Amino acid sequence: MSDEIILEAKHVTKQFPASGGRTLKACNDVNLTVYRGKTLGIVGESGCGKSTFVKMIVQMFQPTEGEILFDGKDITKLKGEELRQSRRKIQMVFQDPAAAFSPKMKIVDIVTEPLMNFGLIKRNEKEAKAKELLRMVDLPEEFIYRYPHNMSGGQRQRVGIARALALEPEIIVCDEATSALDVSVQDRIIELLVKLQKEKGISFVFICHDMALVQSFAHQVAVMYLGNIVEVLPGNEVGTNAQHPYTQAMLGAIFSTHMDFSKKIESIESEAPSPVDVPDGCPFQNRCDHCREICKKEKPKLKQIADNHQVACHLFDS
Amino acid sequence: MDLLKIQDISVRYGKNPKPTIEHFNLTMGEGEVVSVVGESGSGKTTVIRAVLGLLPGGGQVTDGDILFEGRSLLKLSKNEWRELRGSDVSMIFQDSGAMINPIRKIGSQYVEYIRTHEKISKKDAFDKGVEMLEKMRLPDGKNIMNSYPFQLSGGMRQRVGIAMAMTFSPKLLLADEPTSALDVTTQAQIVRQIMELRDQFGTSVIIVTHNIGVAAYMADQLVVMQHGKVVDSGNREKVMNHPTNDYTKNLLAAVPEMGGKRYV
Repeated sequence: MSDEIILEAKHVTKQFPASGGRTLKACNDVNLTVYRGKTLGIVGESGCGKSTFVKMIVQMFQPTEGEILFDGKDITKLKGEELRQSRRKIQMVFQDPAAAFSPKMKIVDIVTEPLMNFGLIKRNEKEAKAKELLRMVDLPEEFIYRYPHNMSGGQRQRVGIARALALEPEIIVCDEATSALDVSVQDRIIELLVKLQKEKGISFVFICHDMALVQSFAHQVAVMYLGNIVEVLPGNEVGTNAQHPYTQAMLGAIFSTHMDFSKKIESIESEAPSPVDVPDGCPFQNRCDHCREICKKEKPKLKQIADNHQVACHLFDS
Repeated sequence: MDLLKIQDISVRYGKNPKPTIEHFNLTMGEGEVVSVVGESGSGKTTVIRAVLGLLPGGGQVTDGDILFEGRSLLKLSKNEWRELRGSDVSMIFQDSGAMINPIRKIGSQYVEYIRTHEKISKKDAFDKGVEMLEKMRLPDGKNIMNSYPFQLSGGMRQRVGIAMAMTFSPKLLLADEPTSALDVTTQAQIVRQIMELRDQFGTSVIIVTHNIGVAAYMADQLVVMQHGKVVDSGNREKVMNHPTNDYTKNLLAAVPEMGGKRYV
Protein backbone atom coordinates (compact mmCIF):
# COMPACT_ATOMS: atom_id res chain seq x y z
CA MET A 1 0.00 0.00 0.00
CA SER A 2 1.84 3.03 -1.22
CA ASP A 3 -1.08 5.34 -0.70
CA GLU A 4 -1.13 8.58 1.17
CA ILE A 5 -0.97 8.35 4.94
CA ILE A 6 -3.69 10.31 6.68
CA LEU A 7 -3.21 9.34 10.31
CA GLU A 8 -0.29 7.78 12.05
CA ALA A 9 -0.09 6.57 15.64
CA LYS A 10 3.48 6.42 16.90
CA HIS A 11 4.41 4.56 20.07
CA VAL A 12 1.06 5.32 21.64
CA THR A 13 0.72 4.11 25.21
CA LYS A 14 -2.21 4.67 27.52
CA GLN A 15 -2.13 3.84 31.20
CA PHE A 16 -4.94 3.99 33.68
CA PRO A 17 -4.48 3.94 37.44
CA ALA A 18 -5.78 0.67 38.90
CA SER A 19 -6.49 -0.38 42.47
CA GLY A 20 -3.57 -1.03 44.80
CA GLY A 21 -1.31 1.56 43.19
CA ARG A 22 -0.92 -0.56 40.07
CA THR A 23 -1.32 0.69 36.56
CA LEU A 24 -3.32 -0.82 33.75
CA LYS A 25 -1.66 -0.54 30.37
CA ALA A 26 -4.62 -0.46 28.01
CA CYS A 27 -2.46 0.30 25.00
CA ASN A 28 1.20 -0.53 24.92
CA ASP A 29 3.42 1.05 22.27
CA VAL A 30 0.82 0.94 19.51
CA ASN A 31 2.01 1.89 16.01
CA LEU A 32 -0.66 1.98 13.34
CA THR A 33 -1.21 3.82 10.10
CA VAL A 34 -4.46 4.83 8.44
CA TYR A 35 -4.36 5.46 4.69
CA ARG A 36 -6.58 7.89 2.84
CA GLY A 37 -9.71 6.24 1.51
CA LYS A 38 -8.88 2.87 3.08
CA THR A 39 -10.25 0.89 5.99
CA LEU A 40 -8.23 -0.18 8.99
CA GLY A 41 -9.94 -2.96 10.92
CA ILE A 42 -8.95 -3.62 14.52
CA VAL A 43 -9.90 -6.98 16.01
CA GLY A 44 -9.33 -8.42 19.42
CA GLU A 45 -11.20 -9.78 22.40
CA SER A 46 -12.89 -7.62 25.00
CA GLY A 47 -10.42 -5.79 27.17
CA CYS A 48 -7.63 -5.81 24.60
CA GLY A 49 -7.57 -2.01 24.36
CA LYS A 50 -9.08 -1.50 20.94
CA SER A 51 -11.72 0.95 22.15
CA THR A 52 -9.15 2.84 24.22
CA PHE A 53 -7.04 3.24 21.11
CA VAL A 54 -9.80 4.73 18.96
CA LYS A 55 -10.90 6.97 21.80
CA MET A 56 -7.44 8.48 21.63
CA ILE A 57 -7.88 9.02 17.90
CA VAL A 58 -11.09 10.95 18.48
CA GLN A 59 -9.42 12.67 21.42
CA MET A 60 -11.71 11.48 24.12
CA PHE A 61 -8.56 10.27 25.88
CA GLN A 62 -5.07 11.73 25.97
CA PRO A 63 -2.31 9.18 25.41
CA THR A 64 0.17 8.76 28.27
CA GLU A 65 3.02 8.58 25.78
CA GLY A 66 3.47 8.78 22.07
CA GLU A 67 1.92 10.92 19.39
CA ILE A 68 -0.91 10.71 16.89
CA LEU A 69 -0.17 12.53 13.64
CA PHE A 70 -3.11 13.66 11.55
CA ASP A 71 -2.01 15.17 8.24
CA GLY A 72 1.46 15.33 9.75
CA LYS A 73 0.36 17.32 12.81
CA ASP A 74 0.31 15.91 16.34
CA ILE A 75 -3.31 16.19 17.47
CA THR A 76 -2.72 15.05 21.04
CA LYS A 77 -1.18 18.36 22.07
CA LEU A 78 -3.94 20.57 20.72
CA LYS A 79 -5.95 22.78 23.04
CA GLY A 80 -8.97 25.07 22.97
CA GLU A 81 -10.32 26.25 19.63
CA GLU A 82 -7.68 24.38 17.65
CA LEU A 83 -8.74 21.12 19.31
CA ARG A 84 -12.40 21.87 18.61
CA GLN A 85 -11.73 22.55 14.95
CA SER A 86 -9.69 19.36 14.60
CA ARG A 87 -12.66 17.28 15.72
CA ARG A 88 -14.42 18.17 12.49
CA LYS A 89 -12.07 15.94 10.58
CA ILE A 90 -12.51 12.81 12.68
CA GLN A 91 -16.01 11.61 13.52
CA MET A 92 -17.33 8.55 15.29
CA VAL A 93 -20.18 6.03 14.97
CA PHE A 94 -21.07 4.21 18.17
CA GLN A 95 -21.99 0.63 18.94
CA ASP A 96 -25.47 1.03 20.34
CA PRO A 97 -27.55 3.23 18.07
CA ALA A 98 -30.28 3.37 20.70
CA ALA A 99 -28.01 5.01 23.26
CA ALA A 100 -26.13 7.31 20.91
CA PHE A 101 -28.90 9.89 20.47
CA SER A 102 -30.91 12.08 22.76
CA PRO A 103 -34.36 10.46 22.84
CA LYS A 104 -35.99 13.89 22.90
CA MET A 105 -34.44 15.16 19.68
CA LYS A 106 -35.91 14.65 16.24
CA ILE A 107 -33.75 13.20 13.47
CA VAL A 108 -33.54 16.59 11.77
CA ASP A 109 -31.94 18.08 14.87
CA ILE A 110 -29.72 15.07 15.48
CA VAL A 111 -28.07 14.96 12.08
CA THR A 112 -27.60 18.71 11.76
CA GLU A 113 -26.39 19.35 15.31
CA PRO A 114 -22.70 19.06 14.34
CA LEU A 115 -23.22 21.58 11.55
CA MET A 116 -24.98 24.02 13.87
CA ASN A 117 -22.21 23.62 16.43
CA PHE A 118 -19.66 24.76 13.90
CA GLY A 119 -21.96 27.46 12.53
CA LEU A 120 -21.84 26.00 9.04
CA ILE A 121 -25.53 26.29 8.24
CA LYS A 122 -28.34 28.59 9.29
CA ARG A 123 -31.41 27.43 11.12
CA ASN A 124 -33.62 27.67 8.02
CA GLU A 125 -31.27 25.42 6.06
CA LYS A 126 -31.53 22.58 8.54
CA GLU A 127 -34.33 20.64 6.88
CA ALA A 128 -32.83 20.66 3.42
CA LYS A 129 -29.46 19.57 4.79
CA ALA A 130 -31.00 16.82 6.92
CA LYS A 131 -32.85 15.46 3.89
CA GLU A 132 -29.65 15.47 1.90
CA LEU A 133 -27.85 13.55 4.65
CA LEU A 134 -30.62 10.97 4.93
CA ARG A 135 -30.51 10.44 1.17
CA MET A 136 -26.80 9.67 1.47
CA VAL A 137 -27.50 6.83 3.86
CA ASP A 138 -30.49 5.52 1.86
CA LEU A 139 -33.19 6.57 4.31
CA PRO A 140 -36.49 8.16 3.22
CA GLU A 141 -36.57 11.96 3.58
CA GLU A 142 -39.74 11.91 5.70
CA PHE A 143 -37.72 10.38 8.50
CA ILE A 144 -36.40 13.78 9.51
CA TYR A 145 -39.49 14.38 11.65
CA ARG A 146 -39.21 11.09 13.48
CA TYR A 147 -37.75 10.38 16.88
CA PRO A 148 -35.05 7.73 17.29
CA HIS A 149 -37.41 5.35 19.11
CA ASN A 150 -39.68 5.22 16.06
CA MET A 151 -37.00 3.54 14.00
CA SER A 152 -35.50 0.08 13.82
CA GLY A 153 -31.94 -0.65 14.90
CA GLY A 154 -30.61 -0.66 11.36
CA GLN A 155 -32.32 2.64 10.53
CA ARG A 156 -30.94 4.22 13.69
CA GLN A 157 -27.44 3.10 12.81
CA ARG A 158 -27.88 4.79 9.42
CA VAL A 159 -28.81 7.98 11.26
CA GLY A 160 -25.61 7.57 13.29
CA ILE A 161 -23.64 7.33 10.07
CA ALA A 162 -25.49 10.35 8.63
CA ARG A 163 -24.56 12.40 11.68
CA ALA A 164 -20.93 11.34 11.35
CA LEU A 165 -21.00 12.32 7.67
CA ALA A 166 -22.49 15.78 8.32
CA LEU A 167 -19.16 17.52 8.79
CA GLU A 168 -17.58 15.79 5.80
CA PRO A 169 -14.86 14.22 7.90
CA GLU A 170 -11.76 12.55 6.53
CA ILE A 171 -11.83 9.71 9.01
CA ILE A 172 -14.83 7.94 10.52
CA VAL A 173 -14.21 5.74 13.52
CA CYS A 174 -16.73 2.91 14.00
CA ASP A 175 -16.67 1.26 17.41
CA GLU A 176 -18.44 -2.07 16.93
CA ALA A 177 -20.91 -0.21 14.72
CA THR A 178 -22.67 -3.36 13.53
CA SER A 179 -22.35 -5.66 16.54
CA ALA A 180 -25.82 -4.88 17.86
CA LEU A 181 -27.48 -5.56 14.50
CA ASP A 182 -28.83 -8.66 12.80
CA VAL A 183 -26.68 -10.20 10.07
CA SER A 184 -28.85 -9.12 7.16
CA VAL A 185 -28.93 -5.53 8.48
CA GLN A 186 -25.22 -5.68 9.10
CA ASP A 187 -24.69 -6.74 5.52
CA ARG A 188 -26.51 -3.66 4.23
CA ILE A 189 -24.73 -1.27 6.60
CA ILE A 190 -21.33 -2.54 5.46
CA GLU A 191 -22.40 -2.11 1.84
CA LEU A 192 -23.37 1.46 2.66
CA LEU A 193 -20.04 2.19 4.33
CA VAL A 194 -18.12 0.78 1.38
CA LYS A 195 -20.22 2.82 -1.05
CA LEU A 196 -19.60 6.03 0.92
CA GLN A 197 -15.92 5.26 1.04
CA LYS A 198 -15.74 4.91 -2.73
CA GLU A 199 -17.75 8.08 -3.34
CA LYS A 200 -16.10 10.36 -0.81
CA GLY A 201 -12.71 8.83 -0.17
CA ILE A 202 -13.33 8.57 3.58
CA SER A 203 -10.98 6.48 5.69
CA PHE A 204 -12.55 4.15 8.22
CA VAL A 205 -11.17 2.79 11.45
CA PHE A 206 -13.44 -0.13 12.20
CA ILE A 207 -13.36 -1.96 15.51
CA CYS A 208 -14.96 -5.36 15.58
CA HIS A 209 -14.59 -8.71 17.25
CA ASP A 210 -15.90 -10.61 14.23
CA MET A 211 -12.86 -11.60 12.18
CA ALA A 212 -14.92 -12.87 9.29
CA LEU A 213 -16.72 -9.54 8.97
CA VAL A 214 -13.61 -7.35 9.26
CA GLN A 215 -11.62 -9.25 6.68
CA SER A 216 -14.48 -8.91 4.20
CA PHE A 217 -14.07 -5.16 3.77
CA ALA A 218 -10.94 -3.90 5.56
CA HIS A 219 -7.84 -3.09 3.56
CA GLN A 220 -5.62 -3.81 6.52
CA VAL A 221 -6.44 -5.65 9.72
CA ALA A 222 -4.65 -5.14 13.04
CA VAL A 223 -4.98 -7.84 15.70
CA MET A 224 -4.70 -6.67 19.30
CA TYR A 225 -4.05 -8.70 22.39
CA LEU A 226 -3.81 -7.22 25.90
CA GLY A 227 -2.93 -3.77 24.67
CA ASN A 228 -0.38 -4.91 22.12
CA ILE A 229 -0.63 -5.09 18.37
CA VAL A 230 0.41 -8.67 17.58
CA GLU A 231 -0.19 -8.76 13.85
CA VAL A 232 -1.01 -6.36 11.01
CA LEU A 233 -1.89 -7.83 7.65
CA PRO A 234 -3.92 -7.05 4.53
CA GLY A 235 -7.60 -7.89 4.88
CA ASN A 236 -7.71 -10.29 1.97
CA GLU A 237 -4.91 -12.39 3.48
CA VAL A 238 -6.47 -12.93 6.90
CA GLY A 239 -8.00 -16.26 5.96
CA THR A 240 -4.96 -17.67 4.22
CA ASN A 241 -1.86 -16.05 5.57
CA ALA A 242 -2.30 -15.20 9.26
CA GLN A 243 0.92 -16.05 11.08
CA HIS A 244 0.64 -15.13 14.74
CA PRO A 245 -0.50 -18.01 16.99
CA TYR A 246 -3.17 -15.78 18.53
CA THR A 247 -4.61 -14.79 15.16
CA GLN A 248 -4.69 -18.44 14.19
CA ALA A 249 -6.42 -19.36 17.44
CA MET A 250 -9.08 -16.72 16.79
CA LEU A 251 -9.57 -18.02 13.27
CA GLY A 252 -9.88 -21.58 14.53
CA ALA A 253 -12.65 -20.56 16.91
CA ILE A 254 -14.91 -19.07 14.22
CA PHE A 255 -18.17 -20.86 13.58
CA SER A 256 -19.02 -20.79 9.93
CA THR A 257 -21.94 -22.00 7.92
CA HIS A 258 -19.57 -23.90 5.65
CA MET A 259 -17.46 -25.56 8.32
CA ASP A 260 -16.97 -29.28 8.74
CA PHE A 261 -19.61 -29.95 11.40
CA SER A 262 -18.22 -33.33 12.34
CA LYS A 263 -14.96 -31.82 13.50
CA LYS A 264 -14.68 -30.53 17.05
CA ILE A 265 -14.37 -26.79 17.28
CA GLU A 266 -10.91 -25.66 18.33
CA SER A 267 -10.20 -23.10 20.95
CA ILE A 268 -7.62 -22.10 23.49
CA GLU A 269 -8.74 -23.43 26.82
CA SER A 270 -7.17 -20.91 29.16
CA GLU A 271 -8.24 -17.39 29.97
CA ALA A 272 -6.32 -14.25 29.14
CA PRO A 273 -4.35 -12.88 32.09
CA SER A 274 -5.70 -9.81 33.84
CA PRO A 275 -4.58 -6.62 32.08
CA VAL A 276 -3.19 -5.22 35.35
CA ASP A 277 -1.04 -8.29 35.65
CA VAL A 278 0.47 -8.84 32.23
CA PRO A 279 3.48 -11.17 32.48
CA ASP A 280 6.96 -10.14 31.34
CA GLY A 281 7.86 -11.27 27.89
CA CYS A 282 5.25 -12.14 25.31
CA PRO A 283 1.70 -11.28 26.48
CA PHE A 284 0.34 -14.43 24.82
CA GLN A 285 2.84 -16.85 26.42
CA ASN A 286 0.49 -18.72 28.77
CA ARG A 287 -1.98 -19.63 26.00
CA CYS A 288 0.48 -20.33 23.22
CA ASP A 289 1.42 -23.83 22.00
CA HIS A 290 4.75 -22.59 20.69
CA CYS A 291 5.88 -20.95 23.94
CA ARG A 292 9.64 -21.20 24.47
CA GLU A 293 12.16 -19.87 27.01
CA ILE A 294 12.69 -16.62 25.19
CA CYS A 295 8.95 -15.88 25.15
CA LYS A 296 8.93 -15.68 28.94
CA LYS A 297 11.86 -13.28 29.08
CA GLU A 298 11.70 -10.98 26.15
CA LYS A 299 8.75 -9.28 24.60
CA PRO A 300 8.64 -9.79 20.82
CA LYS A 301 8.68 -6.65 18.69
CA LEU A 302 6.48 -6.04 15.69
CA LYS A 303 8.55 -7.08 12.66
CA GLN A 304 7.96 -6.80 8.97
CA ILE A 305 7.78 -10.33 7.50
CA ALA A 306 6.35 -9.45 4.09
CA ASP A 307 4.93 -6.44 2.31
CA ASN A 308 2.26 -4.87 4.53
CA HIS A 309 2.50 -7.78 6.93
CA GLN A 310 3.91 -7.37 10.43
CA VAL A 311 4.00 -9.91 13.24
CA ALA A 312 5.16 -9.70 16.86
CA CYS A 313 6.29 -13.23 17.67
CA HIS A 314 9.62 -14.89 18.46
CA LEU A 315 8.82 -17.64 15.95
CA PHE A 316 9.78 -15.17 13.26
CA ASP A 317 13.15 -14.16 14.74
CA SER A 318 15.69 -14.82 12.10
CA MET B 1 -41.82 -41.24 24.06
CA ASP B 2 -40.79 -37.81 22.89
CA LEU B 3 -39.23 -35.68 25.56
CA LEU B 4 -40.81 -32.44 24.48
CA LYS B 5 -43.64 -31.89 22.13
CA ILE B 6 -44.80 -28.39 21.25
CA GLN B 7 -48.11 -28.67 19.46
CA ASP B 8 -49.21 -25.78 17.33
CA ILE B 9 -48.87 -23.08 19.97
CA SER B 10 -49.56 -19.38 19.60
CA VAL B 11 -48.43 -16.80 22.13
CA ARG B 12 -49.92 -13.36 22.67
CA TYR B 13 -48.67 -10.54 24.84
CA GLY B 14 -51.28 -8.44 26.60
CA LYS B 15 -54.07 -7.16 24.41
CA ASN B 16 -51.99 -7.27 21.24
CA PRO B 17 -54.30 -8.84 18.63
CA LYS B 18 -51.39 -10.17 16.58
CA PRO B 19 -49.78 -13.22 18.17
CA THR B 20 -46.03 -13.00 18.82
CA ILE B 21 -45.61 -16.59 17.75
CA GLU B 22 -48.07 -18.44 15.57
CA HIS B 23 -48.55 -22.17 15.06
CA PHE B 24 -45.19 -23.29 16.38
CA ASN B 25 -44.54 -27.02 16.29
CA LEU B 26 -41.56 -28.92 17.57
CA THR B 27 -40.92 -32.49 18.62
CA MET B 28 -37.66 -33.48 20.21
CA GLY B 29 -36.30 -36.69 21.62
CA GLU B 30 -33.77 -37.44 24.34
CA GLY B 31 -30.26 -36.17 23.75
CA GLU B 32 -31.30 -34.11 20.80
CA VAL B 33 -30.09 -30.57 20.14
CA VAL B 34 -32.47 -28.12 18.49
CA SER B 35 -31.23 -24.70 17.37
CA VAL B 36 -33.71 -21.89 16.90
CA VAL B 37 -32.36 -19.05 14.76
CA GLY B 38 -33.87 -15.81 13.62
CA GLU B 39 -33.35 -12.09 13.82
CA SER B 40 -34.24 -9.97 16.80
CA GLY B 41 -37.98 -9.76 17.29
CA SER B 42 -38.68 -13.02 15.48
CA GLY B 43 -40.05 -14.63 18.64
CA LYS B 44 -37.31 -17.17 19.24
CA THR B 45 -36.84 -16.29 22.91
CA THR B 46 -40.60 -16.34 23.43
CA VAL B 47 -40.63 -20.00 22.39
CA ILE B 48 -38.28 -21.18 25.10
CA ARG B 49 -39.79 -18.87 27.68
CA ALA B 50 -43.16 -20.45 26.94
CA VAL B 51 -41.66 -23.89 27.52
CA LEU B 52 -40.41 -22.83 30.93
CA GLY B 53 -43.67 -21.00 31.75
CA LEU B 54 -41.80 -17.75 32.11
CA LEU B 55 -43.50 -15.47 29.63
CA PRO B 56 -43.02 -11.91 30.85
CA GLY B 57 -45.66 -9.23 31.21
CA GLY B 58 -48.99 -10.77 30.35
CA GLY B 59 -47.70 -13.22 27.78
CA GLN B 60 -50.01 -16.19 27.30
CA VAL B 61 -50.12 -19.37 25.30
CA THR B 62 -53.50 -18.97 23.60
CA ASP B 63 -53.59 -22.05 21.40
CA GLY B 64 -52.03 -25.48 21.33
CA ASP B 65 -50.24 -27.41 24.00
CA ILE B 66 -46.74 -28.07 25.31
CA LEU B 67 -46.10 -31.64 26.45
CA PHE B 68 -43.06 -32.54 28.51
CA GLU B 69 -42.72 -36.32 28.85
CA GLY B 70 -46.35 -36.55 27.86
CA ARG B 71 -47.54 -34.14 30.55
CA SER B 72 -49.07 -30.79 29.62
CA LEU B 73 -47.05 -27.89 30.99
CA LEU B 74 -49.76 -25.32 30.55
CA LYS B 75 -51.91 -26.43 33.47
CA LEU B 76 -49.20 -26.86 36.09
CA SER B 77 -49.68 -25.31 39.51
CA LYS B 78 -47.04 -23.07 41.08
CA ASN B 79 -45.72 -25.92 43.18
CA GLU B 80 -45.49 -28.28 40.27
CA TRP B 81 -43.56 -25.68 38.31
CA ARG B 82 -41.20 -25.21 41.22
CA GLU B 83 -40.40 -28.90 41.20
CA LEU B 84 -39.84 -29.01 37.49
CA ARG B 85 -37.81 -25.86 36.97
CA GLY B 86 -34.16 -26.10 37.95
CA SER B 87 -34.25 -29.88 38.24
CA ASP B 88 -35.85 -31.44 35.14
CA VAL B 89 -35.77 -28.34 32.96
CA SER B 90 -33.24 -25.58 33.44
CA MET B 91 -32.11 -22.53 31.61
CA ILE B 92 -28.92 -20.66 30.73
CA PHE B 93 -29.26 -16.96 30.05
CA GLN B 94 -27.35 -14.64 27.77
CA ASP B 95 -25.46 -13.09 30.64
CA SER B 96 -25.38 -15.36 33.65
CA GLY B 97 -23.65 -12.53 35.48
CA ALA B 98 -26.88 -10.55 35.42
CA MET B 99 -28.83 -13.44 36.90
CA ILE B 100 -26.51 -13.73 39.91
CA ASN B 101 -26.99 -11.36 42.81
CA PRO B 102 -24.01 -8.99 42.63
CA ILE B 103 -23.68 -8.44 46.37
CA ARG B 104 -23.66 -12.10 47.40
CA LYS B 105 -20.87 -14.55 46.86
CA ILE B 106 -21.35 -17.24 44.21
CA GLY B 107 -21.17 -19.94 46.88
CA SER B 108 -23.97 -18.56 49.02
CA GLN B 109 -26.36 -18.46 46.06
CA TYR B 110 -25.28 -21.81 44.71
CA VAL B 111 -25.84 -23.48 48.10
CA GLU B 112 -29.27 -21.85 48.38
CA TYR B 113 -30.18 -23.13 44.93
CA ILE B 114 -29.10 -26.68 45.66
CA ARG B 115 -30.90 -26.71 48.99
CA THR B 116 -34.22 -25.59 47.47
CA HIS B 117 -34.24 -28.71 45.34
CA GLU B 118 -32.62 -31.26 47.60
CA LYS B 119 -32.56 -31.99 51.34
CA ILE B 120 -28.85 -31.75 52.00
CA SER B 121 -26.56 -30.08 54.52
CA LYS B 122 -24.94 -26.75 53.71
CA LYS B 123 -21.51 -28.32 53.70
CA ASP B 124 -22.51 -31.09 51.29
CA ALA B 125 -24.25 -28.58 49.06
CA PHE B 126 -21.08 -26.49 49.00
CA ASP B 127 -18.99 -29.52 48.05
CA LYS B 128 -21.47 -30.43 45.34
CA GLY B 129 -21.21 -26.90 43.97
CA VAL B 130 -17.41 -27.08 43.92
CA GLU B 131 -17.56 -30.41 42.14
CA MET B 132 -19.91 -29.05 39.46
CA LEU B 133 -17.76 -25.97 38.91
CA GLU B 134 -14.69 -28.12 38.46
CA LYS B 135 -16.58 -30.32 36.01
CA MET B 136 -17.13 -27.15 33.98
CA ARG B 137 -13.33 -26.79 33.92
CA LEU B 138 -13.32 -23.83 36.21
CA PRO B 139 -9.99 -24.07 38.01
CA ASP B 140 -10.16 -23.99 41.80
CA GLY B 141 -13.90 -24.27 42.37
CA LYS B 142 -13.59 -23.39 46.05
CA ASN B 143 -12.06 -20.07 45.21
CA ILE B 144 -14.89 -19.33 42.79
CA MET B 145 -17.52 -20.20 45.38
CA ASN B 146 -15.92 -17.56 47.59
CA SER B 147 -15.84 -14.90 44.88
CA TYR B 148 -18.30 -12.19 44.01
CA PRO B 149 -19.69 -12.19 40.45
CA PHE B 150 -17.72 -9.06 39.47
CA GLN B 151 -14.45 -10.81 40.29
CA LEU B 152 -15.00 -13.30 37.46
CA SER B 153 -14.64 -12.77 33.73
CA GLY B 154 -17.65 -13.03 31.39
CA GLY B 155 -16.66 -16.52 30.26
CA MET B 156 -16.21 -17.71 33.84
CA ARG B 157 -19.59 -16.28 34.89
CA GLN B 158 -21.22 -18.03 31.96
CA ARG B 159 -19.64 -21.30 33.08
CA VAL B 160 -20.94 -20.74 36.60
CA GLY B 161 -24.40 -20.31 35.05
CA ILE B 162 -24.04 -23.55 33.11
CA ALA B 163 -22.71 -25.38 36.18
CA MET B 164 -25.76 -24.26 38.15
CA ALA B 165 -28.14 -25.23 35.35
CA MET B 166 -26.52 -28.69 35.09
CA THR B 167 -26.43 -29.45 38.84
CA PHE B 168 -29.40 -31.80 38.79
CA SER B 169 -28.63 -33.25 35.33
CA PRO B 170 -31.79 -31.84 33.78
CA LYS B 171 -33.47 -33.70 30.96
CA LEU B 172 -33.92 -30.50 29.03
CA LEU B 173 -31.61 -27.52 28.93
CA LEU B 174 -32.85 -24.25 27.46
CA ALA B 175 -30.13 -21.85 26.38
CA ASP B 176 -31.04 -18.29 25.42
CA GLU B 177 -28.16 -16.75 23.45
CA PRO B 178 -25.62 -18.38 25.79
CA THR B 179 -22.57 -17.18 23.87
CA SER B 180 -23.66 -13.86 22.39
CA ALA B 181 -21.93 -11.76 25.02
CA LEU B 182 -18.66 -13.67 24.79
CA ASP B 183 -15.49 -13.42 22.75
CA VAL B 184 -14.92 -15.90 19.94
CA THR B 185 -12.41 -18.07 21.78
CA THR B 186 -14.63 -18.21 24.88
CA GLN B 187 -17.66 -18.87 22.71
CA ALA B 188 -15.95 -21.90 21.22
CA GLN B 189 -15.11 -23.20 24.72
CA ILE B 190 -18.69 -22.83 25.94
CA VAL B 191 -20.18 -24.44 22.84
CA ARG B 192 -17.84 -27.36 23.24
CA GLN B 193 -18.84 -27.78 26.86
CA ILE B 194 -22.55 -27.76 26.13
CA MET B 195 -22.00 -30.45 23.50
CA GLU B 196 -19.98 -32.52 25.99
CA LEU B 197 -22.86 -32.31 28.46
CA ARG B 198 -25.14 -33.78 25.86
CA ASP B 199 -22.75 -36.65 25.26
CA GLN B 200 -22.16 -37.18 28.97
CA PHE B 201 -25.64 -36.86 30.46
CA GLY B 202 -27.88 -37.29 27.42
CA THR B 203 -29.37 -33.86 28.06
CA SER B 204 -31.60 -32.46 25.33
CA VAL B 205 -30.83 -28.88 24.46
CA ILE B 206 -32.81 -26.09 22.82
CA ILE B 207 -30.46 -23.30 21.91
CA VAL B 208 -31.68 -19.92 20.75
CA THR B 209 -29.10 -17.85 18.95
CA HIS B 210 -28.67 -15.39 16.13
CA ASN B 211 -25.23 -16.79 15.33
CA ILE B 212 -26.04 -19.13 12.50
CA GLY B 213 -22.61 -20.77 12.56
CA VAL B 214 -23.03 -21.76 16.21
CA ALA B 215 -26.60 -22.93 15.62
CA ALA B 216 -25.59 -25.11 12.69
CA TYR B 217 -22.60 -26.56 14.50
CA MET B 218 -24.68 -27.69 17.46
CA ALA B 219 -27.95 -28.66 15.87
CA ASP B 220 -29.53 -31.98 15.08
CA GLN B 221 -32.62 -30.01 14.14
CA LEU B 222 -32.64 -26.41 12.95
CA VAL B 223 -35.62 -24.08 13.14
CA VAL B 224 -35.56 -20.74 11.31
CA MET B 225 -38.06 -18.14 12.49
CA GLN B 226 -39.28 -14.86 11.05
CA HIS B 227 -42.04 -12.61 12.41
CA GLY B 228 -43.15 -15.30 14.86
CA LYS B 229 -43.53 -18.02 12.29
CA VAL B 230 -41.35 -20.97 11.41
CA VAL B 231 -40.16 -20.44 7.87
CA ASP B 232 -37.81 -23.38 7.59
CA SER B 233 -37.03 -26.39 9.71
CA GLY B 234 -35.47 -29.79 9.49
CA ASN B 235 -32.11 -31.41 9.99
CA ARG B 236 -28.93 -29.42 9.55
CA GLU B 237 -28.05 -30.85 6.16
CA LYS B 238 -31.46 -29.91 4.79
CA VAL B 239 -31.70 -26.37 6.13
CA MET B 240 -28.09 -25.37 5.51
CA ASN B 241 -27.61 -26.91 2.10
CA HIS B 242 -31.08 -26.98 0.62
CA PRO B 243 -33.05 -24.13 2.17
CA THR B 244 -36.51 -23.94 0.69
CA ASN B 245 -37.40 -20.49 1.90
CA ASP B 246 -36.10 -17.24 0.45
CA TYR B 247 -35.69 -15.72 3.88
CA THR B 248 -33.42 -18.59 4.94
CA LYS B 249 -31.38 -18.19 1.79
CA ASN B 250 -30.92 -14.47 2.39
CA LEU B 251 -30.06 -15.05 6.01
CA LEU B 252 -27.40 -17.60 5.12
CA ALA B 253 -25.98 -15.34 2.43
CA ALA B 254 -25.65 -12.43 4.87
CA VAL B 255 -23.41 -14.32 7.30
CA PRO B 256 -19.86 -13.02 6.90
CA GLU B 257 -17.47 -15.82 5.98
CA MET B 258 -13.72 -16.16 5.92
CA GLY B 259 -12.68 -15.96 2.31
CA GLY B 260 -16.31 -15.37 1.32
CA LYS B 261 -17.86 -12.26 -0.17
CA ARG B 262 -15.58 -9.24 -0.23
CA TYR B 263 -17.14 -5.82 -0.23
CA VAL B 264 -14.11 -3.96 -1.57
